Order: sequence, then C-alpha cells, then structure tokens
Amino acid sequence: MSASDPREERTILAGIVGDSLRSVTRPIPAGEPPELPPNAELRVIGKRVNRVDAVPKVTGEARYTYDVQLPGMLYGRIVSSTVPHARIKSIDTTAAEAYPGVRAVHVLDRILSIAQLRDPSVEADERYPLVRYHGQPIAAVAAVSMRAAKAAAKLVRIEYERLPHVTSLEAAMQEDAPVVFPGPTEQAATAGGGGAAPNLPQEGNLRGPARGGLGGGPRGDVQQGFAQAEHILTREYSTQVQTHTPMETHGLVADWRDEELTLYASTQFVLSVRDEAADVFGLPKEKIRVFSEFTGGGFGAKFGIGNYGALAIHLSRKARAPVRLMLDRREEHVSVGNRPSTIQRLKLGAKRDGTLTALQVESFGTGGVALGAGVGFCHSTMYPIPNVLTEHYDVFTDAGPSAAFRAPGQVQGIFALEQALDELAHTLGMDPLALRDKVDTNDADDARARKVERRIGAEHAGWAQRRPPAADPGPIKRGLGMAQSQWAYIVHGTTSCEVRIRGDGSVAVMTGAQDIGTGTRTIMAQTVAEELGLRTEDVDARIGDSRYPAGPAAGGSRVTSSITPAARNASYAAARDLAARIAPHLGTKPEEIVFQDGRVFARGEPDRGLSFADAVRKANFDEIVHRADRREDYEGYRAKLGDLHISKQALGGVQFAQIAVDTETGVVKVERVVAVHDCGRPINPKLIESQIYGGVIQGVSYALYEERHLDPETGVQLNANIDQYKIVGSRETPDIEVHVIEQLGRQSSTDARGVAEPANVATAAAIANAFYNATGKRIRTLPMTPANVLAALRADDRNDDEEPA
Amino acid sequence: MDDSTAPELVSLSLTVNGRPCTVRVDPAATLVEILRDDLGLTGTKIGCDRGACSGCTVWLDGEVVASCMTFALDAGGRSVTTIEGLARDGQLHPVQQAFVEHDAMQCGFCTPGMVMSCAHLVESNPDCTLDDVRGAIGGHLCRCGAYPNIFKATLAAATTVRQRKTRGPA
Repeated sequence: MSASDPREERTILAGIVGDSLRSVTRPIPAGEPPELPPNAELRVIGKRVNRVDAVPKVTGEARYTYDVQLPGMLYGRIVSSTVPHARIKSIDTTAAEAYPGVRAVHVLDRILSIAQLRDPSVEADERYPLVRYHGQPIAAVAAVSMRAAKAAAKLVRIEYERLPHVTSLEAAMQEDAPVVFPGPTEQAATAGGGGAAPNLPQEGNLRGPARGGLGGGPRGDVQQGFAQAEHILTREYSTQVQTHTPMETHGLVADWRDEELTLYASTQFVLSVRDEAADVFGLPKEKIRVFSEFTGGGFGAKFGIGNYGALAIHLSRKARAPVRLMLDRREEHVSVGNRPSTIQRLKLGAKRDGTLTALQVESFGTGGVALGAGVGFCHSTMYPIPNVLTEHYDVFTDAGPSAAFRAPGQVQGIFALEQALDELAHTLGMDPLALRDKVDTNDADDARARKVERRIGAEHAGWAQRRPPAADPGPIKRGLGMAQSQWAYIVHGTTSCEVRIRGDGSVAVMTGAQDIGTGTRTIMAQTVAEELGLRTEDVDARIGDSRYPAGPAAGGSRVTSSITPAARNASYAAARDLAARIAPHLGTKPEEIVFQDGRVFARGEPDRGLSFADAVRKANFDEIVHRADRREDYEGYRAKLGDLHISKQALGGVQFAQIAVDTETGVVKVERVVAVHDCGRPINPKLIESQIYGGVIQGVSYALYEERHLDPETGVQLNANIDQYKIVGSRETPDIEVHVIEQLGRQSSTDARGVAEPANVATAAAIANAFYNATGKRIRTLPMTPANVLAALRADDRNDDEEPA
Repeated sequence: MDDSTAPELVSLSLTVNGRPCTVRVDPAATLVEILRDDLGLTGTKIGCDRGACSGCTVWLDGEVVASCMTFALDAGGRSVTTIEGLARDGQLHPVQQAFVEHDAMQCGFCTPGMVMSCAHLVESNPDCTLDDVRGAIGGHLCRCGAYPNIFKATLAAATTVRQRKTRGPA
C-alpha cells in the first residue's frame, strides 16, 4: 500500500470497549474488509481458544532445533577463549583434526553480533580476531559423536598474548581503564532491536552521548524547565546485567549442499537467519532455506545466525555433512546476549500541583562488547513533559555482547522513571495514582488505556486500603506499590499471509514466521476461522519455513499486530471468491453469502445453507489461493526503521505489586501482582494471560534475583548455569491477577497489537515502589538481594532536593 | 565409528515405555543421551545437563529422575517412562489434557519435564494441594513463566484422577 492508493473515509466506533467508544474517521484503503465489531459479537476472535500446537508440546512430539536428527549428522562443539582480552598468537588444530571421529575443524575469521571498528585497519594486521571477553568463540569441531567433538575441542591449542582487561561498568569509565576497542565503533540494530545510533563520538570505552533515539531528540529547554519547577528531585539508579536464559539454548543445524543450504534454526526470525547466512557466506537468498518448527524461547536474543551458526555452516561445508551445533548452558549465558547494566541519573522538575516541567537523564550502560545499552524512550514518549534531555553513553567492557531483551532499554528506564514519579508524588503529598491522572495525558492510545487500567488495577489491588509507608511495626513489613508501562506499538512492514481453500474443504494459512511461545499458529488460525465461519482447529496454520510468504520477526511485540491483518485480508478475499462461486448454487448474490458456524448460507436463510465442506465441493474447484500483505496502518507511522514500523500510538499497562520485606534478613517476597494491560483487540485472552504471567514473572525475577557475576580478575562468569544464576521458580511465583481491556484503535483490519514487552516493563518499578510503601525507604539498586536491601534500609534518606521557587 | 580411543561399547537392556530394548552404549553415556540419540525419543529435553532445570525428567521404575544425571547403565533391567509413553491408547494423560486446556506452556521446551513431574504427583497424591504442586516442580525451570497455569492445570488434573479413583476403573 502506498499513500497514493485510493482510500475511502469511513466513520467507525473506536476506543475502549465498555468505557469510551466514540466515532472516528479513518482513511481506509480500497478493498479493505469491513471493520470488525467488538469481540462480544465475534465467534472465534477474542475467545479463550486452546493453543493449536499444545498437544505436540505436551506429548513431546514438537520438534525443536535441538531435536533435529538428519542422516549422517555430525555434532559441533565450540572452542572459546579462556582469557578476557588478548591477541591470538597462534592456533594449532592438528591434534583436534587427528582425533578419531573428527570430520572438520574451523577457525573463525570474524566475530558477529558485536560492535565493529569504524576503521578496521586499526587492527588489520591481526591474523585472528582479537579476544575481547572470556568465552568468545574462536573455533569449532564437528565429529561423529558429541563425546568425540568435546574431546577434540579440548585439543585445539591457542597461544595468547594477554592484554589488560576491564569487566565492570564503573571501572571501564575510569580514565586509565584498559580500552576494549582501539577506535570508534558502530553496530547496526538487529530485527530485534539493540545496536546504536551511528557516528557518535567515542573516547576510551565511552561512546556517546546519544540524545533521543526512538523517542525523538531533545525537547524544549531543560534549564528553563527546571527554572519553572517548584520541586527538583535528583536521583541515581542502577540496574544489573540479566541473561536471557531461554530453555532451549541457541543453536543451528546446517546442511550444506552444492545446490542449497538448509538450516534448522532456534530463532525469533527465520528470515534474519537466511539473510545473515546469505551475507556471511555470499550466497543468493534463494539458495538458502530455513526451517523453524518450534523455538524454545528467545526473549530478544535469537536473531541471525550468530557465531555459533556461522561455525555450524562452515563445519557442514567442510565435512560435507549436516552439523548440529547447540550451545551448552555456559556458552548460552556468556556469549549470545544479555540485558545491559545501567547507571542512570535522573533530574525531574515539577510544580507543587504535580505538573512536570523538565526531565534530564544521564545514563551509562554496558553491553560488554556490544552497543545498545540505552535506557529506552519512555522519558520522551510517556508523559507530555515540555522539556526533556536524555544523554546516554554506551560503555565497553570485556564481557559478552548484549542483545535485545524483552523491551530493551525500556525496562531499565522505567525502573528509574516510575520510581522518580512515585517519589515525587510522596514529596508533594499526592497519591501516586492521582499524580499519574494529572500527568499521563498524551493524546495517544497508551495514555487512554492506562487511565482505565489504573482504575481497574486500583480496585482489584485494594489501593484504597493502602497504608502509609512503614505501617507494620514488626520486622516483616508489607507494602503495595504501582508503576506504569509503555512499549511501542510496532508493525513489521513486510508481512504476507497466504490462505488456501482446498477442493476437499480443508483450509490452510501460511506465513514464514516462527513461534517463540506466544501462539503464532493459533492467532493465525483464529483470524482465518472467524472470516470463514469455521472453528480454530479447522484451519491448518503453517509457519517456520522461509519459503512461505514473508513473515514478521518475533521481537518487539509485533507478531500479532503484523500477521492478523494480513491473515484476515487474505481470508476475506478467499471468502469473497468462494462466495462468488457458491452464490448461484444458493440462488443468491455473492454479497449476500454468509460464513458462520461451519455453514455457508444466504443472509437470513441459514436453514437453506450448506456445510462449508459441501459448499466447497459444490463450487467444484481444485484450490482457491489468496495472498495479502500487511497494509500500512490507516493513519501511518511515526517512524520506519527498515521493516520496523513504529506507530504514533503505543501500548500501555499498569501493574500493582504487594510485597513483604523481612527487614532483618533483607529477603523480599512478592506476594501478589495485579497486571492490567491493553493489546488493541485481544485475539485470544488465554494466550494473552500466559504472556502477561510470563512478563510479570520475568519482571519479579529481574527485580529480586537475576544478576550475572563476572570475576574481575579473570573475566569468568561465576554463575553461568541455572543453579547459581537464580531465576524465579514455582516457589517464588506470586499470585498474579491479569485484566485485559479491549481497545479498538482502528488502524488495521484486526485492531490487534502485542503484549509481550509491556507485561515485563513495569514490574520491577512496581515492586520498588511497594518496597517504599512497606519500609519507608527507597531501593534504587537492582536486584533486591539481601545485601542491597539491607544497604537500602540502612541508607541515610537525606536528599539534596531543590525547592527553587 | 572409528573412535579408537573411546571405551568399548557395552550392551544395555531396559524397558522404555513398556517396550523392551537393547542398545550398545558408551559406559559414560547418560540416560537422556541414549533416549534422545539412540532411541530417537527427543521429547525428553536437555536444558542444563547438570540436574538444575529438570527439563530431562523421566520416570525410572515409576519414580521421577533427572535423566541427564542418571547413567544409562544404571537404567539396566529397569523400566523407563518418557513423555512419549505417558498417553495411553491415544488418550492423553489427565495432566497432559489439563496442560492443553489451561495453556500451561508457552515455548513448550520445559513442558515434557513439567508434565512428567506433575503426572507423577497426581498419580501418587491425587489430594495434592497448591503447595504440593509448587514442591513437585520446585526443581524445574520454565523461563516463559507458565507457572500459574501449571498450578491450575495440575490441580485440575488431580481432581480428574480423584474422580476416576472414586468411580473405579471404567
């Protein structure tokens, strides 16, 4: 669709169902299906339908990349650096190659997924890529068994010339710190996010400042804004490194043949696997085929082929046999992504009535050897603050590269911003919800949603019964806090779906997407079933093949928003096609044909109709095939970064947390969370609840437990496993109550939007605000380990707030 | 295989999902390795390979074990039930059925292990409480955070098993 396509103005009811539906006028492109009514009037969309691929998941039939077995398949094993920073003097693979059962050994000549020198000639005389972190992949071995591959990998001899290293954010910012990259660097974003703005200054390990980003550049004049303020609050917050830890590690099965390269990928975006393989190996995209039937979690880190994938392909090419290379748990923690740590200094100015006048943020983050350690866009996009200045510095350390991680940056940024808001409310003697009512007034869908969500959440969380800070006299102190969420409403530009009605009455829908656990097949099938009057299980939804019509990346909460309009438009076209063929048999006109409850009939005459299968047989065709692209949103986008199209609207969400703090031991327990969210038109509340549970649980885990520990002396991650890298388990899972509103934005043919990221954004801030309500003390350092909690409880609360007026 | 430095393979007989089988194994092989690589039963997952995530949970003589922490040879002469063997005559186990209905999964990679532990719980203690469920999967990791639905599903399945026991065999 382009702006020049013919459009018609349609007046439609838009807004929040049950709260504020109003008439809006939208410029709708010609041929767009009629707008859908609220979910209550639909039969499949909006219903709690079971996940269509739940049965293979509970029976073990679901085949993940880890489970792929091909005839003659070899096992790959990576050789990683054992030092954090070094020049490689020599690599001797002789003994490994001679080891029985070994079929190929490959040494990497470039490292993917990290920052790259703007001027590579600075290191051009190096024979091997420099080692910049402990655990960096160097080579790999393929052998007939995993045992042989592991034994041979140990025989690769690497001679290092050590260089000084630095592993912590604070140490790397020192003037005399060892420098990780000897010159300025760049790193483009992946489809999942990450990366950094180009051409920024770089001195030592500091690259920046980046001003603005997705939220736009600086706004107004912060000095003037602070001059107008009657209260100025300046605070520092810090957050830790969190690793993604998907249950299925990263990995790839590569099958190199002269005629075609076939890849089986545990990925969030099959086309990114194809495209990076094409780029690295100089192959035409048509000669690469990528399969991804099931992916065992991703959370932002599974894009492209990565170094492990490049190694698998090299090994397959050399060995002339398929190679499966899956990372082990240590490699997964260390080498394929994490959420960067941050230090954030916020200065917030307000009038005594709560009006915000200025916000200034200086932030530092380290993504190890990767860029993209920012703190999100919330500062500019969430509240209409007239004067905003954000300055962010990426800080390099000798640590594994960061990658996009569920609401990259925004989780860290909101942890600080929503605590500052809470603190401001208390300072001004306002209820934190009343302050949000006053300041959360952007003319955008997320602000409209949060207004309703605050009311629902307050009611269910018992906000009215909330006690003053530190009300419990004993050592166990309970409290209730809230924080707000925001994430972009994103559409993946190049998205197509194909719908086929076959002569036997069966229906299939396909797109080259993948499923990381959100239920991609299910929402596709529901959308098609609604249009054709079928049940979800009647539609065969196919994904996970790069030869299908292009599907979206599963990152940034954009699968449902991208796929469902394309699926609906394709099935609408198929339905109209079938209607034209069957209408004469039913003695009516095509536009009078209705598809409902598995039947096809003339409007008003359901008894005279046919079953869907009989109608197809009567129409007598081999196959009807219709394909539709995801059209642009009716009112366009705020920005387009390649296929990442960002709406002027956004996703909201409000969360309330009830916690208990043991002030003697420093142990925090999250007892209950009320999470109220919006995702446009909810396609399947059952799956949406699952995602929100997951977002909240990951948020609790981030707030309380997770932290990568690097040994500063050796650069070794001390807890690169599942037992010592603590993640919320069954015993720490709080009671979670989810509420989802139905918001009809009227920007696409389904109104569907995502929910994965917003569900994860507000949790840590809500818990921190509950901590204040429980104890009367602020905790501005994550995670809330006993040590950090006891330090916060002991801290002197005096601040240097200014009251200039 | 020309792996001349590898130890000699030894013969191992065991029963898997009710079917007797004999495989030749490396004495150092773990149970999960032979299930997945030799018997093709890839429903049992490897998440950590050190007994910390329980993704590899199977039943050994009716008791739950981490198959990544069990030597294959220690399963000799014994009976192993994997996720592939839980459904009977095409009928899902009540826990499997409840997992489907309550959406007790997202990516699904931890699901087979979860199902094995929860099925063991409801069979051995159909009167289980929420705390029992939390305890039964206390060693399992689900990174997607499906726990609330796993709790609901397992308690619902326990009710089904209880009712079946009261009614007696059909």
